[in-house]
Formats: sequence, structure tokens, C-alpha cells
Amino acid sequence: MKRKDFLQLSAMSLGAVMLPKFALLGNPIDPLQALEEGMTVSMKKELADIALNAAKSKGATYADVRIGRYLNQFIVTRENRVQGVSNTESFGVGIRVIANGSWGFAASNNVTREGIAKTAERAVAVAKANAKIITEPVQLAPQQGYGEVNWKTPIEQNTFAIPVKDKADLLLKVNSIAMQGGANFVNSAILAVNEQKYFASTDGSYIDQDIHRIFPTFTVTKTNKATGKFETRKSLSSPVGMGYEYLTPTPESKVSGIVTRYKDRYDILEDVKNATIDVDQKLKAKTVEPGKYDLILDPSHLWLTIHESVAHPTELDRVLGYEANYAGTSFLTLDKWRSKNFQFGSKHVNIVADKLQKGSLGAVGYDDEGVKCGEWDLIKEGVLVNYQAIRDQAHIIGLKQSQGCCYAQSWEDVQFQRMPNVSLQPGKDTLSVDDMIKNVEKGIYIIGDGSFSIDQQRYNFQFGGQTFYEIKDGKIAGMLKDVAYQANTQEFWNSCTAVADARDYRLGGAFNDGKGQPAQSNAVSHGSSTARFNGVNVINTARKI
Amino acid sequence: MPILTKDEAQALLKKVLSYSKADECEVNLSGSDGGNIRYARNAVSTSGGVSQSSLVVQSSFGKKVGVATINEFDDASLEKVVRRAEELARLAPENPEFMPNLGPQQYLDNPATFVPATAAIDPKLRSDAVAQSLAISKEKSLTAAGFMENSAGYAAMMNSSGLFAYNTSTNVNFNVTLRTSDGKGSGYASKGYNDINKLDVAAATRVAAQKAAASSNAKALEPGKYTVILEPAAAIVLLETMFFGMDARSADEGRSFLSKPGGGTRLGEKLVDERVNIYSDPLNAELPTSTWNGDGRPQEKISWIDKGVIKNLYYSRYWAQKKNVKAIPSPDGVIMEGGSASLEALIKGTEKGILVTRLWYIREVDPQTLLYTGLTRDGTFYIENGEIKFPIKNFRFNESPIIMLNNLEALGKPERTVSGESNTQALIPPMKIRDFTFSSLSDAV
Repeated sequence: MKRKDFLQLSAMSLGAVMLPKFALLGNPIDPLQALEEGMTVSMKKELADIALNAAKSKGATYADVRIGRYLNQFIVTRENRVQGVSNTESFGVGIRVIANGSWGFAASNNVTREGIAKTAERAVAVAKANAKIITEPVQLAPQQGYGEVNWKTPIEQNTFAIPVKDKADLLLKVNSIAMQGGANFVNSAILAVNEQKYFASTDGSYIDQDIHRIFPTFTVTKTNKATGKFETRKSLSSPVGMGYEYLTPTPESKVSGIVTRYKDRYDILEDVKNATIDVDQKLKAKTVEPGKYDLILDPSHLWLTIHESVAHPTELDRVLGYEANYAGTSFLTLDKWRSKNFQFGSKHVNIVADKLQKGSLGAVGYDDEGVKCGEWDLIKEGVLVNYQAIRDQAHIIGLKQSQGCCYAQSWEDVQFQRMPNVSLQPGKDTLSVDDMIKNVEKGIYIIGDGSFSIDQQRYNFQFGGQTFYEIKDGKIAGMLKDVAYQANTQEFWNSCTAVADARDYRLGGAFNDGKGQPAQSNAVSHGSSTARFNGVNVINTARKI
Repeated sequence: MPILTKDEAQALLKKVLSYSKADECEVNLSGSDGGNIRYARNAVSTSGGVSQSSLVVQSSFGKKVGVATINEFDDASLEKVVRRAEELARLAPENPEFMPNLGPQQYLDNPATFVPATAAIDPKLRSDAVAQSLAISKEKSLTAAGFMENSAGYAAMMNSSGLFAYNTSTNVNFNVTLRTSDGKGSGYASKGYNDINKLDVAAATRVAAQKAAASSNAKALEPGKYTVILEPAAAIVLLETMFFGMDARSADEGRSFLSKPGGGTRLGEKLVDERVNIYSDPLNAELPTSTWNGDGRPQEKISWIDKGVIKNLYYSRYWAQKKNVKAIPSPDGVIMEGGSASLEALIKGTEKGILVTRLWYIREVDPQTLLYTGLTRDGTFYIENGEIKFPIKNFRFNESPIIMLNNLEALGKPERTVSGESNTQALIPPMKIRDFTFSSLSDAV
């Protein structure tokens, strides 16, 4: 995840810093303009064929073209006022080719017959120039053409079609609950994304997709003027691959317990009330005694640990060294995978990659190089069994076909390997969270994601959270603060002694998983049930300045 | 669209304003041309070119504001974008924090931000530079991954109250990681300038190569408090967290490390070692930056920390008016004074310590104390009796830049550096710090 993006999504000054950056994603437009039909599918097919033919005629042995319209909406508020409403649109074409064994890419917002032909020509010229300094030609896994197909996120309500006033009013209501509950500050926002992507390739695919995502979020802040201390509590919502229906709560989507958590629907008004109580408790909480604890990690927290310590090191481009200068490499080297007995975690650890889960951020019909999406094991009963690969990497791990992990954040960026949803499978035996806590003598129960950091090969990590509860002799003994845990990835996952059953399974995720130079963002979900990890090192993060 | 001259930009902006029917109108115009090349596994992987231009119109009626953007510049498009901004302003709710236009401003002239040679960089220059870097990597039997990007652009602003601002700039960044074939050693170098003539790709690659070879077979030291020498590329990622946090409003609101128990801020208090002097100056020859910021306020030489005392915080125009103070904008480039000692001299003067090339994955742990965590990376070495003795395994740290600047031992000669986290450019010295907190070991190379 990129630091800048993270700050913008989670910092208390969320509204103030977020708008200018996101406004760069495209041109500001009228909210109603987002609902206008873009270019017709038949027109896109005609333009795509022009691109593919132009590339082939200039010497490309393979070409793909992505005509994309990317829409965003941001509604940002603080306390009793709307700070900004912004709609953006970005429309253009990206063309990728192989010529003389090398990749070439070019993009343009001139989506006309002439513009597209010229862009294809530029992509071929780049490929031919780069071919002089490659070491081996691109080997592309074969891919069948699907003909003309389409896919849509199964939404019930298009967020862009809900009047801006309704969304702003909901956020102002959230803020008013926080302020009435004694908060000093509250920031809230709704972010919505719609990717309208048309993909065509020389393999004979013409794929039209309409993808929706939404992220409602808030941060409640309480200060203590006398001591100069302050605390925050972030929403327990997740960014999801859904429409506005995510904000219509249902009783069955709620998980009761020490605080209500949410499955596929979110009750923002209830959560802000709870957050305002939590933030007050955080100011009064006991500072943690450092040492070894058994950790009980809620899915609203564990998703980020899975993201950083499982999903990133199983990215094949990192394993191979393509990210060595920036995001880093991986400790999960090919020899460990080839050995077929590398014990990544305990037998409770079954981790699956997928781009299918309904409501997840990774769910699409086809990836950005025309591969139909699926599901596969990464870690099976603790053993490393697979990676995440795209077409030009499949042969390296003996696959005959890509796993469909190719993504570009926009038409103007080149597609490359990005993580699918990567999720911990629920425990097979019946086990509730309450029963899990009953057996813990000295532990900490962590809810929500907080500070996070991991090394460039994904060995050593440190995580914070939103709220921390001390567990003493099987019972919750009160709130703690200044908590962070540090571990080695392999030791941590081998210390996993229990995973709650499927009743507790929930998705967390992020809009802004970062990789590449120039950096690109990817939206991805990670599911799990609550899990237990024994004897993890907890540090105290309080300091004096 | 090419880079417009001052006169061309002025003429275009006047035309846009002539269409305005709003109470106030403000127009920002910008454009840039750039390119990049990326390599890994000792071969080029991707490259691309980006050319963009945009016109942003902000119209307001009272405290109702609308913004619209366009990237076409014919008369009809220009009029259309003004009308659209006005329509959006009429629909918008009142913004209680709206600030009326600034009037005409005086800006310093700063031609040093634009270097024609940088603007002339073409794909061949980039691929030649990469070929040079790859040759060094192959000659030393190492594996290179790197990135080079450059851009040239202009920005102009005009409003209906007589303000006009214009500047041009160029930039080139290069960074490279070299690894030994057994994966046991890794070295890094990073450089960024306005002027391509100052960039020596081969020299930077050689530094990374030397560190890769020298960092092989690192020994593990116990985590704990150590004296460290942070190279500028390592120091900047912690220091910048402090610059990013010097916003007056957060401090006044009681939710910043600069908030004071009992209320108020720590402005005027001595917070760090008295040898710490930090300022910004758009006319600095090594780090020239724009003489105006995005909302039209002049950028001038400003002292942020003087002899360890917090001298200034930055303000939005709204918050400055509310607090009845000068609205100092946040700086574009930060300069920290140092001494004349080279990095080698700092090492020579160190009895026991650790040399840190790069810090990575920096994240806030506690905003109240500005505590951050992260790890060392790509070249960490043990120093004894003034000499580098052996490479050591990487550490995770938990440290606050405020505590770090209180534990200052010595400062070296400032040099221009680029943050690997935010891409921010700064002019800062290598620094020797005692009692830097390393909390665990990492196996990562």
C-alpha cells in the first residue's frame, strides 16, 4: 500500500488532503454526466479493431487494446459541513504490443480512428526500441479468444445514481451523532468508483466490463485539552465491490460481540455511535505491558496482515525480482515452492486466491489481458503451493495458462501483475469467537486496522489496530492502548492455533494497494474469520517528546 | 500542447476570464511532457511517455463555488468550461470556509527551476543511461533494477481580481538497486535534480554496486539503542514526517505533536537540539522551487526551526484569517543546515555505530509523539574506531524525528536528496544520532 494514499484515506485530516489528489484522477464533471452512456460497444469494437490491425501491420506479433472510461465520486465532510463534492471522468485508450520479442506500450486520450492508429504505431516503436536491451523474448501463455462477451458487478443500486444531497445528508448525520456523543472532530467520506473497460486482443476476445466499488468511511477524534492527548477511531467499514446497497444494513449482516462488526452490509450510523464511545475509552485505556501475548485477530484487522504478509510475498513478479528497486522482492523463493514442503504456516492455514467472491474488490469476469478469472490455492494446510501469475510469467511456474492477475489502474497505465483477493479460509470445525476467547489465559483481542509496516522481502512486520482488549483467564478485562505487535511472517503463521468457522467470515480490503514505477493502485479484498496466534511479541508504543 | 511562454499563457488566461459572469473567477493552467524507463533482472522491462495539459476554472457566487476542468483549448471549449463551473457553483451548498480571491501579488523571479537540457531529454537519452547502468551491473556480476523519469512543465494562474502567476520547471529522478546473484547483498542509490547535467547515472550505479558487494553475508547484531549515521536518503523519510505535520490548524485543534497540554501550540518553544536549523527558500541554488504556491500565495524564504525553536507553522488562508496571522503556505522544498564534514569524516569520527543507507516502509505509529516505524534496507554497516567493519542484518526501528533531533551528535555537509516514500526533494545533511531505537531484526536483504 502506498504511504501517501494511506495517509489520505486514514489520517484525521482526511477531507482536506484527499480532494486535490483524487481530483487528479480525471477531469471534474457534473454528477449527472457520470450517468450518461459512454461510447457504444459497437463503436468500441470498431476502434479496437483499428488498433489491433494497425499494430499488426507495423510488425506486432501480439496486441491488446483497452478503451476505458473511469469515473470517480468523492463526497467529503467534517463536523457540520460538506468540504467537497467531486466527480471525475477519465477516458482514453491504452495499447500494448509485442514486437521483436519485447513489450511496448502507448496511451492517448485521443480516442478517434486516427488517434488510435497513431497510438498503436507508437507502441510498436517503443517495443522495437526496447528489444535492443532485453535478455530474453516475451513468452506469452496461450489464451483462447472469447469472442464478444461482457461482465458487470452485480449491484442493486448504482452509487452514482443516488442524489449527491442524499449521500451528503447521510454523512452529516454521521458527523452529528459523533459530535452529540462528545467527539471533538469527525471527518467522513463516501468514495465511489466505476470502471467501464473494453478489452480486445489479437487472440479474438472483445470483453466489455462495468465494475463498481464503494467505500464509506469516517474518523472520530477526541482530544483532552488538559493533557494535550488525543485519540481517533476509524470506521469498521470495508471498501467493497458493491453499489450503494452496502449502506442499507440488514440484521443478518451484523456480527455482535464487544462491538458490532459488519459483513456484506454496513450500518454507518450505528458504527459512528460505537466509535464515539470507543474513542472516549481509548483516552482512558491502560497502557499495555510489553511481552508475549496470544492474539485474537478480528477480520476487520486480520485482512491487512494477510495483505502484507501473505498476498504480497506470493506475487510472482516480486519473487522474480521485477520489483527489486521499489516494492521489494520476496522470501517465498522458487526453491521453497519447488520443495513442496515449505511450511509457511500451521495446518490451520489455508489461503486461497480468487477474483470471483461476490462483493469483493477483486471480482471481475476477465482480467486486463483477457483471461477469465478463477480461484486457486496459495497455501494448503500450511504449505506453499502456488503464486499469482500473468500470461508472460505462467511458463516460469509450469502453468499452461495465466491465473488472470493482470490489472492497470487506468487506460493510460500499462497492465502488470497485481494481487487478486487473497483470503484465509474459515476453520472446518465449529468454533465461535467467544469459545476461542474462553481458552486464552493472557491475550489481546484486536479490532480494526491501524499502523502497518513490513520489510521488502516480507519477513518482519509490525501492526497496530483500532481497539485493543486485554484477555485475562478467558475473559475480556478492559481496553488497552499503545499496542503494536511484531513478528516474523513464517513464525507468525505457524503460531496460528485456531480459525473460527464460516459464520464469522468477513471481507476487509483496500482501494490503494501500491506497486510499480510509476506507482499504480489496485483494489483488493482479503477475507477471514477471527483467528488465534499464540505467543506473539507485543511492544508498547508510548513515548514522550 | 507545447509548453506555453509567459505571454502565451497570459493571453489564454485573459481570454478564459473574459467569458466569466460569476462574482469571482480563478483559472489554473498547466502542462507537462515527460517520460520514464524501468529495468529489472538486468534488462529493460517497461517504458512510457506522458504528455498532459489541463485548464481548471473555479467560479464563485458569494460562498458557493464550482470547479470544472478541460483539456481542449479552442474558444468554444474555453467558454464551455467557464459556463460549466458557473452552473456547478449555482448548484453547490455554501462553503463556510470559502476565501475570496487574492489580489495582485509580487513574486520573485526564479529561472533556475527550468533547465532546457532536462526538457530536451528524449527516449534515446533514457535508454543510453540505462545501458550505462546495466553495463556496470553486468561487469560486476550483479543484478540491476532501476527507474529513471523526467518531466518538463509549466503552471500559470490568473484570477478576476488581477492576480497572475507563471513558472516553468524541469525534473529528473534516477534510482537503482543492485543485488548480488546469491541474493545476500543489496545496494541502493537515488538522485534527483532540476538539471540533467548534474545527474551521473554511472556514479550512482557504482555506489549501489559497491554497497551490494560490501553488504553480502551480514552479521546479526542485537536490537537496541545505537549511534547511527543516517545518509540523507535515509534521514529524509523520517524528517519529512515532521514537515508534513507542521500544519497550524491541527496544532490549534489539539490533534498534533505540536499541540500543547492545557491548549495552544508549541510555536516558539525549543523542541529539538539547538544545532537544528530548518528553512525553505525558493531561490536556493541547489534546490530551486516555485516562487508561488497552488493558490497564488508567494513562496518566500521562511524559517521553520531556528536553533531548535519552532519558528513558523503553515496555514490555509481560511485558518490564518480566523487566527489573524500571516497565511504562510507549506513549503515546496525544505533545507536543513549542516556542517562541512563529509560522510566519510562522520564515519571516521565514530567509535561505535551503524551506517544506514536507506529506510523503508515508514508508517506512523503514534501521531501524538510522531513515533514512526520502518526498516533499514540496501546497505547497513557496523562502524568501529572510525571504520566500516562489517555489514549487518537489517533492523526494524521505532523512532520519532523529534526524539532523533534531540539526540543529535553531528551533522555533515547537506546534499540534495529525494524521499523514497513521497518523492519530495530536500537539501539535508547526513546526520549522526545517538540512542536510535532498533526494536527487532529482519532477515530481509
